Amino acid sequence: MISSLTNLLPLPILVPLLGAGVALLLGHRPRAQRMVTTLCLLAVPVITSVLLYLADTRGVQHLWVGGWRPPLGIALVSDRLSALMLLVASLVTLSVHVFATGQDDEERKVETPVSIFHPTFLLLSAGVSNAFLAGDLFNLFVGFEMLLFSSYVLLTLGGTADRIRAGSTYVVVNLLSSTLFLMALTAVYAATGTVNIAQLSLRLPELDDHAQGALQMILLVVFAIKAAVFPLSAWLPDSYPTAPAPVTAVFAGLLTKVGVYAILRTQTVLFDHRPLSPVLLVAALLTMLVGIAGAVAQVEIKRILSFTLVSHIGYMTFGIGLATPEGLSGAIFYTAHHITIQTALFLVVGLIERVGGSTSIDRLGRLASASPALAALFFVPAMNLAGIPPLSGFVGKLGLLNAGVNDGSPLAWLLVVGSVLTSLLTLYAMAKIWSRSFWADPVEGAPEPPDNVTLPRLQTMTAMAMVGVTLAITVAAGPLYGYADRAADTLRNGDYARVVLSDVDS
Amino acid sequence: MSPNLTLAIVAGILVACGVYLLTERSLTRILIGVIIMSNGVNIFFLVASGPAGPPPFVGSSEAGTSADPLPQAMVLTAIVITLAVTAFVLAMAYRSFQLHGHDEVSDDVEDARIRELADRDEASESFESIAFADTGEDVVSE
Repeated sequence: MISSLTNLLPLPILVPLLGAGVALLLGHRPRAQRMVTTLCLLAVPVITSVLLYLADTRGVQHLWVGGWRPPLGIALVSDRLSALMLLVASLVTLSVHVFATGQDDEERKVETPVSIFHPTFLLLSAGVSNAFLAGDLFNLFVGFEMLLFSSYVLLTLGGTADRIRAGSTYVVVNLLSSTLFLMALTAVYAATGTVNIAQLSLRLPELDDHAQGALQMILLVVFAIKAAVFPLSAWLPDSYPTAPAPVTAVFAGLLTKVGVYAILRTQTVLFDHRPLSPVLLVAALLTMLVGIAGAVAQVEIKRILSFTLVSHIGYMTFGIGLATPEGLSGAIFYTAHHITIQTALFLVVGLIERVGGSTSIDRLGRLASASPALAALFFVPAMNLAGIPPLSGFVGKLGLLNAGVNDGSPLAWLLVVGSVLTSLLTLYAMAKIWSRSFWADPVEGAPEPPDNVTLPRLQTMTAMAMVGVTLAITVAAGPLYGYADRAADTLRNGDYARVVLSDVDS
Repeated sequence: MSPNLTLAIVAGILVACGVYLLTERSLTRILIGVIIMSNGVNIFFLVASGPAGPPPFVGSSEAGTSADPLPQAMVLTAIVITLAVTAFVLAMAYRSFQLHGHDEVSDDVEDARIRELADRDEASESFESIAFADTGEDVVSE
């Protein structure tokens, strides 16, 4: 039975794409342009909530786009995992957009608003949605290219020397990973004659074991570059911190998680029968430890946060590497939690930069007395990131630790120890930011901290809303974890292939 | 299906050249590397699509003898993306040339700073020495 509601599936891609075109035409009218962007980004969370409801109550939703006879057209598929990612992503893009609008208002006097920002931002949103909804690997590639291209433009916005340097590294690394992705696609197509994920999940297990291993590894490497899993993570802390605050916030929240999503999708739906546990677990351990060691060494808040971002990708890899239902649901919950928390933190850092004039903890000080509200806004997500109970970071980590202990293998135990250590070091890194920027006096020679600053209203409200979302995840942790359990179950029980291929004549 | 060995070797050589150029510092060389590499990958698609045949239009040839159209569609998409990449990297190289007079990607400043500190074996500015106020001993005993 095809419900007409499945026609909603392309909308999270089409609405922002259409909006991007209109916004580009309205380039000389910033106000109208902003209005269009806001409307589009408001519509997407509504659509994705419906998709989430459909995926949870009626199972996997799919649509063959273009009216070709299946399996010829392009399939869009939304299962529980995709729908959850879509909803979280749309909330994050909306809030970052509002934050950026606030920033525009504040900086109107010094800087003319860039007319390219809004269309690019909408394209980024469309690319992210496309990657989450893609039912075949080639469409996933196209989704990645859409979001990467927008990210190239957003990262080098303004074309200052710093951004061009950081952008160059970022662009070259991603070009390499895109080329690798194409090679993986040729190999997959040559071996199986299809790139449709549902068909692949049936045809891959029939291949020769070595061929499967090669395909699995090359796909893993491609997505590990995008997700910044060690040793393929060096590009991230180098490039993210130089971008404007809202751009860093959306990158840190979303882009690496699209890579995590792709790893999750390919390793479970395509290669569930031969998990790459040892490789993934060792990579996860190294990602956690190397990432957090980098964070501890830094003195710039944005860089510290970028390194913790890398290190916490390790937690998700840990869950995927375990390849048990508990591990997977832990990874899904942690991904949803981490998207919101990382965005919230970077938005708050945008405020810190505005209030303190810098993001280096050597140049900041006594922010807590200058602005208690800002201090509270930073403190809550920082503690959440470190995994202090009862916040959602704690719930996510507990789930993963539990899954590791239940797995019981020596490697899993090692990972459990590594996760706890990483948690502690994250707490140390956060405490360092807190004590040096919010409590201590600034280092000698640094500018005096301002007294009684007023925070920009719209931006503060947005940061508050984002922190509110992270708290909501904490409050609703029970139901959300239940949802993650069901999502992990859908990934492995073969529903995906069964539903998508249900209307294919054999 | 037996793959075409000549095409596979050509593709391999192109990709190898591309990767070599990618390790350069100059953006223009990197760009040439990316273009060569993506051409190599496009040839891989031809290998994957099997033997050449008549165009795949209904009724124009016997069923089963025509060329596989799907890899060609993918190659087309890949070519379009490479075009966009070329335009963007050229713009970036030009901007870099405007700013610095060359298009070489420099090292990360922060990284270089921390590496320098490590070479001189000094603690960074953010290092806090933790000592008891009364005795002056380190809290963390050796």
